[in-house]
Amino acid sequence: MTLPFYLSDPFAWHALLAATLIAVICGVIGTFVIIRGMAFAVHGTSELAFTGAAAGLLVADNPVAGAFGGAIVVATVLGSLAVKERERDTTIGVILAFGLGIGVLLLGYYHGFATEATNILFGNIFGVSGDQLLVLIGVGLGVLLVTTYVYRPLLFASIDPEVAEARGVPVRRLSILFFYILALTVTAAAQIVGTLLVLSLAITPAASAIRLASKPRNVIILSVLFALLSSVGGIVISLASGTLKPSVCVTTISFGLYVFARLYGKNQPKRAISA
Amino acid sequence: MTQQHTHTIQLKNARLTRDDRTLWTGLNMDVRAGEFIAVLGPNGAGKTSLLKLILGLLPLAEGSITILGKAARRGNTHIGYIPQQKSFDADIPIRGRDLVQLGASGYRYGVGGHVPVSQAHIDEAIQAVGASSYANMPLGLLSGGEQQRLRAAQALVGTPEILLCDEPLLSLDIGSQQAITKLIDAYRRDNNASVIFVTHEVNPVLPFVDRILYLANGHWLIDTPDNVLRSDKLSELYGTNVEVIRIKDRVLVLNGEDAGLQHHHGGEQ
Repeated sequence: MTLPFYLSDPFAWHALLAATLIAVICGVIGTFVIIRGMAFAVHGTSELAFTGAAAGLLVADNPVAGAFGGAIVVATVLGSLAVKERERDTTIGVILAFGLGIGVLLLGYYHGFATEATNILFGNIFGVSGDQLLVLIGVGLGVLLVTTYVYRPLLFASIDPEVAEARGVPVRRLSILFFYILALTVTAAAQIVGTLLVLSLAITPAASAIRLASKPRNVIILSVLFALLSSVGGIVISLASGTLKPSVCVTTISFGLYVFARLYGKNQPKRAISA
Repeated sequence: MTQQHTHTIQLKNARLTRDDRTLWTGLNMDVRAGEFIAVLGPNGAGKTSLLKLILGLLPLAEGSITILGKAARRGNTHIGYIPQQKSFDADIPIRGRDLVQLGASGYRYGVGGHVPVSQAHIDEAIQAVGASSYANMPLGLLSGGEQQRLRAAQALVGTPEILLCDEPLLSLDIGSQQAITKLIDAYRRDNNASVIFVTHEVNPVLPFVDRILYLANGHWLIDTPDNVLRSDKLSELYGTNVEVIRIKDRVLVLNGEDAGLQHHHGGEQ
């Protein structure tokens, strides 16, 4: 079967639409993740999405709904416990370990197709039903709208929390809100690349962009562009090949862009002029 | 009525507590427009907390505070704030100009053109602190002194009536210390703004200071430098023997009981 054959199927178009939206939110959120130094929070929330997905699979045969429900729970727990920056990673590690344990327990009770379980870990956007794709698109739009609304205060609070607080920005509340935005974004991305490989969309594109641009807006634009190239490009290549999993293609493109940014970006910061 | 114009900050019988501990009590202070007040005292005396109180981030346990005739509140755009110098990460994806821009509009939600300060104002603020030549460079690549000048531009861009400074000279070289202090002083003279300047080291600001607020042991003392930086006054405030020594135009505050005559801020970095 060929690429044009797949592209004539509305299901493929839904997948590409969802991938586009996911890439946009990953590119934007990834930039904030890097500024706020929250790479481990991405990994933690995504692996905890596994637990949510396993619960959804077991209870309602709906891993996507389960993962999003789990994301809300995880964001609530982390947002209220991981208050201080210094203890954040430790708290996430503790919750992550326990949450994964529950996930393994839940999966032990699941007697359906094994591919459902591996899809959670390694992703397969083609294994997602039409209804679930619509949920994905809805969540993506919601995250995008909220992030656009809080963009400036969130950037202020992320870069310069002390002065932001003095200027009346609710730094603590934005930090909690960002946990929700992050958990939902990561869970959406996990549908394409799986919970284990989420970092390839939620971190790598922004990490590449930060090496090539110095204005916040340009970093976000580049980061979104790299995420789009990775996710949409990965899905198209996967369809064309017929055998490669989308996650493999996505992570490879995303890593290739990062290598390019390391080679040609400002990897050794030097001052252009001295003042 | 005239009080509202002459006094920017008024504290009446104010008591401030943190975690059930009283930092200071019975504080009365009227800050005039255009006045430069240095806030001195040991760590934990409630200097930074005083700034947080003025910023509306902490409540008073007792007494009252008014800012420009109104109750203190969060996000008061009449107040500018310069924090301690803390270096930004080298790869932080923002330029000096973006930092100033955030000071002007970073607290606003939504998108679009309701930015209250124009690009021309941003340029003006950057020029006023002498940062034009490096304002478009990545912030993380600038020196501490350069970053702190941009901090000053960030605080002054909205032309605040009150400027709060929390140890803005800490870990800066002498040249940068003088430059920052001078531009803060020039700003308050040009705009008749009040400056509350928290510091461990009084000497860099002494030529500009109108009054000193000295906080120690839950007590306080506010007066002109000559009336505060005296052995008898500070000994009474600390409740122990304190020596104030003047060498030319520099002032040293020493703990008289300490055999090493340790400088009272000698433990700081």
